Amino acid sequence: MEEEDFAGGVVKKFMYVNRKAPYGTIYALEVLEMVLISAAFDQDVHLAFLDDGVYQIKKGHNPSGLGMKNFSPTYRALEGYDIEKLYVEKESLEERGLTEADLVVPVEVLSRADMAALMAEMDVVLSA
Amino acid sequence: MKFGILVNEGPYNHQASDSAYQFAKAALEKGHEIFRVFFYYDGVLNATRFSEPPTDDRNVIKNWQKLAEQYSVDLVVCVAAGLRRGIVEDSLAPGFRISGLGQLIEAGIQADRLVAFGD
Repeated sequence: MEEEDFAGGVVKKFMYVNRKAPYGTIYALEVLEMVLISAAFDQDVHLAFLDDGVYQIKKGHNPSGLGMKNFSPTYRALEGYDIEKLYVEKESLEERGLTEADLVVPVEVLSRADMAALMAEMDVVLSA
Repeated sequence: MKFGILVNEGPYNHQASDSAYQFAKAALEKGHEIFRVFFYYDGVLNATRFSEPPTDDRNVIKNWQKLAEQYSVDLVVCVAAGLRRGIVEDSLAPGFRISGLGQLIEAGIQADRLVAFGD
């Protein structure tokens, strides 16, 4: 594949940082498009959800009244692309009265400090 | 150093594109390399050939074009984000090209630093 030639055997740690609510702006949806493409490159992909970004993976989206498609099932499909490193910030969940049980995918819950430490280990951080 | 640059916001509404341009220009003038500039989200609107700002304002699109001419910078617009927003071959300003998100991932892999501009 052409995509694999780009990498030339280099594997970097990519992190996609999701900070925004799923609807209202297009960022969450277009981040997901980036994530899916990056799956083709055999990179070490991480997803982080913090601030209102935790709502992206909350159960029970129904945006039909907004005329938007519910794209939250895509998060459950990430596993099929070998994207399994999903992290959620503990404080962001708590501030919104949410727990892991409210989420559509299995995640690792990290404290704000641990999330910062994980980010510091990354080679490429893309935030939206 | 070899930089990749990601522009996430459109021209004029947001300073991201201006800041990215200033950063790229300064880096090139200091002898650094810009592997690629990738335009995503509303950032694809930086590639429109229909922009005509008032003459006493800076021309964001032309700034990028001039930089590309002078330093052979690779200006790449995301095809999927572009299609959503009406940025296609016919609306593309000279100096830009349209390609896939793989070009952004490649920039992340090849560059020493990928610097993103936006919120």
